Amino acid sequence: MSTVIETRNLKKNYEMGSVIVHALRGINLSVETGEFVSIMGASGSGKSTLMNMLGCLDTPSDGEYLLDGENVNNLTRNQYADIRNQKIGFVFQGFNLLAKTSALENVELPLFYDRSNRVPHTLKAAMGALERVGLADRVHHQPNQMSGGEQQRVAVARALVNNPAIILADEPTGNLDSHTSVEILALFQELNDQGITVVLVTHEPDIALYSRRVIQMSDGRIVGDRTVKNRLIAKEVLPTLPTIENGENGEDKS
Amino acid sequence: MKWRNVLKAAIKSILKNRMRSLLTSLGIIIGVGAVIVMVAIGQGSQYRIKKEIDALGANMLIIFPSHSRMGGVSRGAGSYNRFTLADTRKLQKESSLCAGISAIVASSGQIIGGDSNWNTRIYGVDPKYLEIRAWPLKSGSFFTERDVRAKAKVAVIGQTVKENLFPDSNPVGERIRINNTPFQIIGVLSEKGQDPRGMDQDDVVLAPSTTVLYRLKGGQYISFMMASAISTKDIGAAQEELTGLLRDAHKIKPGEDDDFVIRNQAEITEAAASAAHILTLLLGSIAAVSLLVGGIGIMNIMLVSVTERTREIGIRLAVGARESDILVHFLTEAVVLSLIGGLIGIGIAYGVGEILNHFTELTALIHPEIVMMAFGVSGAVGIFFGFYPAKKAARLNPIDALRHE
Ligand SMILES: Nc1ncnc2c1ncn2[C@@H]1O[C@H](COP(=O)(O)OP(=O)(O)OP(=O)(O)O)[C@@H](O)[C@H]1O
Ligand SMILES: [Mg+2]
Repeated sequence: MSTVIETRNLKKNYEMGSVIVHALRGINLSVETGEFVSIMGASGSGKSTLMNMLGCLDTPSDGEYLLDGENVNNLTRNQYADIRNQKIGFVFQGFNLLAKTSALENVELPLFYDRSNRVPHTLKAAMGALERVGLADRVHHQPNQMSGGEQQRVAVARALVNNPAIILADEPTGNLDSHTSVEILALFQELNDQGITVVLVTHEPDIALYSRRVIQMSDGRIVGDRTVKNRLIAKEVLPTLPTIENGENGEDKS
Repeated sequence: MKWRNVLKAAIKSILKNRMRSLLTSLGIIIGVGAVIVMVAIGQGSQYRIKKEIDALGANMLIIFPSHSRMGGVSRGAGSYNRFTLADTRKLQKESSLCAGISAIVASSGQIIGGDSNWNTRIYGVDPKYLEIRAWPLKSGSFFTERDVRAKAKVAVIGQTVKENLFPDSNPVGERIRINNTPFQIIGVLSEKGQDPRGMDQDDVVLAPSTTVLYRLKGGQYISFMMASAISTKDIGAAQEELTGLLRDAHKIKPGEDDDFVIRNQAEITEAAASAAHILTLLLGSIAAVSLLVGGIGIMNIMLVSVTERTREIGIRLAVGARESDILVHFLTEAVVLSLIGGLIGIGIAYGVGEILNHFTELTALIHPEIVMMAFGVSGAVGIFFGFYPAKKAARLNPIDALRHE
């Protein structure tokens, strides 16, 4: 097994006038290829900040980040963009879908900017990704014509459309009812079984039970790191869950 | 590089944000359209005035008698030296820089001919008159030196006179009576239209200068003279030559003032052209203001949509767009909108120009340079304000662009 994510004393400070907010106070984290990690912690503990660093969306104030053994601190902006495009699938806490743009086009977006042309049929790939998240019948809906849960699933589809090596998901089940949540987790577990590394942030201990490893954060530091002994398998749990009238239209329940 | 995809994305963005696209193009449409139409009206009037003056005659000089003065004091009524036909003949004989010189004996009278009568101006002129005025005949012929010497009772009539006396027949060869003197019509003038002062130049009868002076008017003085220089560049020299000859004829001593005035076409043209030029400047400034207003409109739309667009740029960056992808995308959007707006603006301007030319007194003359300029300026404004904010946003971290408020 190789180390896919490694951070060394990663720090992030935000300057707010005279006050300096220490969002990350020195994170040492190492994730092996094929791991399924969940990050937990109170609101404001720095989970999203860390995820943004791992997703190459933001640069640290201090410390090093090695992705696939390569130090990404010294990369050019274009190399950074290409890493985001080809290695990482990111699910934002606030979806971040393009407005006035259909689900299909939103999911197609990463393929638009893919210079490697690994995916020849972008439309087919985007359709496939939407099918995997159970939104085959919503492909032409725009974000404002979809429920929060549906938008979340479009965001997941967008993250997995370009076959990334790592999926980083910031509260991917935050807006879903428990049934749909477990469906998404089943999807992540399936991707994980194919060798894709998954890191997800969650508030709910129940969700963390589907991962293999739980990292606990508090005030910008990692304060706990444990392995999940009997992790739940979403595919097995699904049939036991009570289905609400229409399992697909999962609404806010968290 | 997937330029095709980036272009596609830009076109999609334009179609998706119809309102924003429309407002942006509207600014450019107004800017381009207004500038072209305004300047076209200005240049149209300039052109029309020049044409009307040209129609007066090529390289024309007009020689008027005037009071002669000495040291600013008028020498009294007796010193008012009017021209005689002898003056004209001397100039005709001795001038080398004039292609033609004609006496003008202005009179008016009642014409009886056909079945009706008509009151009109009667000009006694010399054979070179038509050449001086650049005024061709419609039919028949003009009188000759022999007619002038013989005080022949022949006449050439203008279109207005023809229409009033002989509306349906060819008047050449017909007899008419001018103030009871019988004349034969030998020619009809082509239509000349109004002069710059609005007078109908076709309401006229031309006859030999001698005939009008001695048979109709009586007396010895002609009204004034017209001449044409052999070429435009010789106008000044011809004017000097005529001055010398006339001073000689009138025996004016050196140091004494002329008792005549010579006006040339260039002076008349210049005065009118400068008035038209001021009009063009005025309309041009209005146009520049329209362009400015259009530009500010475009700028506003672009700046207002920056927040929304910064988030959009953040999303695109987050899924792997390079800075250059974003720049090409937004540049394409701006160029396409500016092009469409500009072309519509040009189309409208040409349409309005046609309407003005056909249905109003105004003349619109659209110059390609103005079209290019208007197009260039509003295009530049559209592209700059469409592109510059995007360039700034594309340099942000994806996460900072996403957080933009
Ligand atoms: N752009 C910013 N400017 C200033 N402070 C920030 C900024 N982003 C985050 N912070 C601060 O950094 C800290 C960590 O924020 P972060 O978003 O990582 O928390 P989180 O663990 O994801 O919380 P939640 O569970 O509510 O999403 C918070 O105290 C927050 O106020
Ligand atoms: Mg968060």
